[in-house]
Amino acid sequence: MRRWLLLALAALALLGSTPAFAVNPDEVLSDPKLEARARALSSELRCLVCQNQSIDDSDAPLARDLRLIVREKLKAGENETQIRTFLVDRYGEFVLLKPTFTPHTVLLWAGPFLVLLAGIGIVWANAKRRTSPTPVSPLTDEERVALDRLDQVG
Amino acid sequence: MRRPQPRSRGPDAMVVEVGHYALVLALALSLVLTFIPAWGAHTRDSALMGVARPAAFAMLGFAALAFLALTIAYVDSDFSVLNVVQNSHSSKPLAYKISGVWSNHEGSMLLWVTILALFAGLVAWRGAHMPQRLLAYVLSVQGAIAAAFFLFILLTSNPFARVMPAPFEGEGLNPILQDPGLAIHPPLLYLGYVGFSVAFSFAVGALLEGRIDAVWARFVRPWTLLAWAFLTLGIAMGSYWAYYELGWGGWWFWDPVENASLMPWLAGTALIHSIVVMEKRDALKVWTILLSILAFSLSLIGTFLVRSGVLTSVHSFASDPTRGVFILGILIFFIGGGLTLFAWRAPVLRQGGLFAPISREGALVLNNLFLSAACAAVFIGTLYPLGLEALTGGKISVGAPFFEATFLPLTVPLLLLVPVGQSLAWKRGDLLGVAQRLAAAFALALAGAIVVFAVTRRGPVAAPLGIGLGLWLILGSASEIFNRSHRAGASLAVVLRRAAGLPRSAWGTALAHAGLGVTVIGIAATAWGVERLATMKAGESLDLGPYQVTLEAVVPRNGPDYRETAALLAIRDGDRLVGRVEPGKRTFTGRSMPTSEAGLLTVGLGQVYASVAEIEAGGSVGVRLYWKPWVLFIWLGAVVMAAGGVLSLSDRRARVGAPVRRAAPAAVPAE
Repeated sequence: MRRWLLLALAALALLGSTPAFAVNPDEVLSDPKLEARARALSSELRCLVCQNQSIDDSDAPLARDLRLIVREKLKAGENETQIRTFLVDRYGEFVLLKPTFTPHTVLLWAGPFLVLLAGIGIVWANAKRRTSPTPVSPLTDEERVALDRLDQVG
Repeated sequence: MRRPQPRSRGPDAMVVEVGHYALVLALALSLVLTFIPAWGAHTRDSALMGVARPAAFAMLGFAALAFLALTIAYVDSDFSVLNVVQNSHSSKPLAYKISGVWSNHEGSMLLWVTILALFAGLVAWRGAHMPQRLLAYVLSVQGAIAAAFFLFILLTSNPFARVMPAPFEGEGLNPILQDPGLAIHPPLLYLGYVGFSVAFSFAVGALLEGRIDAVWARFVRPWTLLAWAFLTLGIAMGSYWAYYELGWGGWWFWDPVENASLMPWLAGTALIHSIVVMEKRDALKVWTILLSILAFSLSLIGTFLVRSGVLTSVHSFASDPTRGVFILGILIFFIGGGLTLFAWRAPVLRQGGLFAPISREGALVLNNLFLSAACAAVFIGTLYPLGLEALTGGKISVGAPFFEATFLPLTVPLLLLVPVGQSLAWKRGDLLGVAQRLAAAFALALAGAIVVFAVTRRGPVAAPLGIGLGLWLILGSASEIFNRSHRAGASLAVVLRRAAGLPRSAWGTALAHAGLGVTVIGIAATAWGVERLATMKAGESLDLGPYQVTLEAVVPRNGPDYRETAALLAIRDGDRLVGRVEPGKRTFTGRSMPTSEAGLLTVGLGQVYASVAEIEAGGSVGVRLYWKPWVLFIWLGAVVMAAGGVLSLSDRRARVGAPVRRAAPAAVPAE
C-alpha cells in the first residue's frame, strides 16, 4: 500500500537515471563517530523531492547532495543545530522531519497529550457524577397503582 | 464493419459487458437494500424488513460476478479493456495477472466494495436469529455504504472502460508490485478495513433503534474480532513487504500510507476491548458506539488518503479533484452522518454499570484512553501538514522522529499495564493479589532483561529494557492462564485439564497479548542490528556481525519478464557455510527503471539482508549488508496476535447468535 511512495520513487528513478541507492559506500566518512552523527542527522532531514523519506533512506540525487553537504559541514566542525539552521534557511521548515516547536506546531505536538488529558477528564467527571447520590424520584401515580395491584396479588 | 480485434475471442468477449452490467445491477440492489428494509424497520413492517436478507445475498452475487468478470479479463489479457492495458502484460505469470486486478485504483475499489458486499452477505447469513429490526437497520447501512462505492466506481473509476483501438500488448504491472506479499496484502487489509463497516452498521442500527444492550455487544464482537485479525495480518504483511522489497531493511516508515492503516487498527483494538466491557458489565455503551463509528471512519479516511492523491500534494489534489471530491463526499456523508446521529441519539441510550477504578473494566478504560491518544498522535501527525498547508500555505514535514517522540510515550505505559489489567478481576480488583500473582512473571522478565544487558554490554541500554517488556507481556499472559488453572495442591494433570477447559476467549486474550510481547522483542532486537556499506570485488570478504560475507561473483541472468545483474554472496560462520544470498538489480520488460531485489537468508529468527546499491565498471559492486538478529519476531508476533483474535472468535460465547434472544430482561428499552 505504499504505492504513492513507489510512484514517486519510480518517477525519480526515471528522472535521475543513475541508479544510486541511499547512502553509498563512497559517501561514508572515515571517522566512525562523525559518520554516526551524520547518519543520525540525515535520518531527521527530509528528501525534498520524495514522499516522506529521509535523505538517509532516499536514492534521489538531491538526497545524495544533501548527505554530502551534511558530511562536509560535520567535517568542518559545525554542529547539528548549525547544519539544521543552514538547511532550513535554504529549504524552509519542510526539510525537517521533526518539526520545531513553534506557534504553528503547538497543536501538533500537544494534540495527542491533550486528547489523553481530555479523556482522563471525561472519565473522571463521569465517575464523579455516577458516585454522587442521584435523587430518587418519587413514584408516579401509575406506578403506585401497579404496585398496589401487585401487593393484592401477593 | 468489424473493428479489428487483436485478441478476438468467442463468446467470452462478452464477459466484460456482463461484469459491467452486474455492477450496475449491484448498485440497483444496494439501493433497494438501503431504503426498503430501513423503511420497514421504521414502520415495523415485517414484510419490508424481510427484503433485507435476500437483497444482501443478491447484491453479493452481482458484486462477485463483476469482480469475477474483471479477473477473467485480466487472466485472458483482454487488452480492449483500458484497465488491463494499463496494469497487465501478456507475459506476466498467472498469479500476478490475478493480483493485477487489485494493483490499481479501479480494481482495488471494486475489491473494496465486493468485500463490503461479502460482509453484508455474511451478516445476512448469520443474522437469521438476530432481532429483525436491528438486522434490517444493519443491512440497510451496509447497503448505503455499498451504494456510495458502486456509484463512485461507475461514475469516476470504471474498471470496465474499453479502449479503442485495442493495443497488442499491455503496459505491464509495476515490477515492485509483482510480489506474493503485495498480491495478498490489499485483500487482507481490505478485509480488515471493510470488516469494521459491520461494527459501524451495528452502531448506526442501535442508534436508529434507540436501544443497545449486552446482546448487541455479543452480535458485534465476532465481526470486530474478525476485522481486527485481518487488519493485523494485512499491516504485518505490508510491513514485511516494505522490508524486503524497498531495499533498505526498515520495517516501519511512518509513511502516511502506513499510518492510514495503523489508525483503524488502533481504534479497532480499543473497540475489541470496550465491547468486552459492554458485554460483561453493561457499561461503556455510548463510548463503544462512538468507537464503532470512529474505527470505520478511520478506515474510510485511510482509503481516502491512499486513493485521492491528497497525500502527494494538496495542489495536485485540487487540480484534478473529481475522484477526490467524490471520496470526500462519501467521507462527509458517512462520518459526518454517523457522528451527527450519534450526537442526536446517544443521549437516548441509557448508560449502565457503575464501576470501581481498580477492576478489569477500569483497566480496559485506561487501555482505551491510551489507545485513543496513540491513535490521535498518528492522526494529527499524518493530517497536520495537509491542514496547515491548506490553511496557511506553510509547508512542514512530520516524519518518523515526530511519531517516535509522541507515539512511544503513549504506548509504552500501556504495554507495561497489559499484564496487570489482564489479571484484575471484574467489578472489584485486588491490586495486592495481582501483584502476588504476577510477581514471578515480573521477576523473570526483569532477570531476562538483566541477563541480556550483561551479555550485550556494549549495546544500547533501551534494548534490554525492551526485551524485558516483551518478556513481561509473554510471561504475564502465561501466568494468567496458569493462575486460572492452578489451585493449591492440585496435581499437574488437574492443572492441565483445567487449563484446557478455560474458555477459548481466555486463551485468545493470552495469545494475543503474548504475540504483542513477541513483536516488542523483535523491535527491541533491531538495536543490535549490524549494517555494512561497502564496495566489493569478486573474491573479497568482510565481517557482518557473527558472519563473514564473501562476494563470489557478479553475474547477468534472465527471468521470465526481467533481466538481472545478481551479486552472488556466500555467508560463512568461520569455516562453515551458512548459506548464500543473491541480491540483484532487475530491469523488467517494458520498464526502464531498474529495481533492487534484496537477498535474504534466514538464520534461526534472524536474517542476513543484502541488497545491491550500485553495479560499477570493472566487476565491483556497492552492497548494503545487514545482520538483523531476531527480526522475524516482529511479524511473527503479529501472526500470533491475529491467531489470538481468531481463537477468541471461536469461543462458544462469541459465536454469532449463540445466546439466541434471551428475550426482554437483558434488553434496556431506551425510550
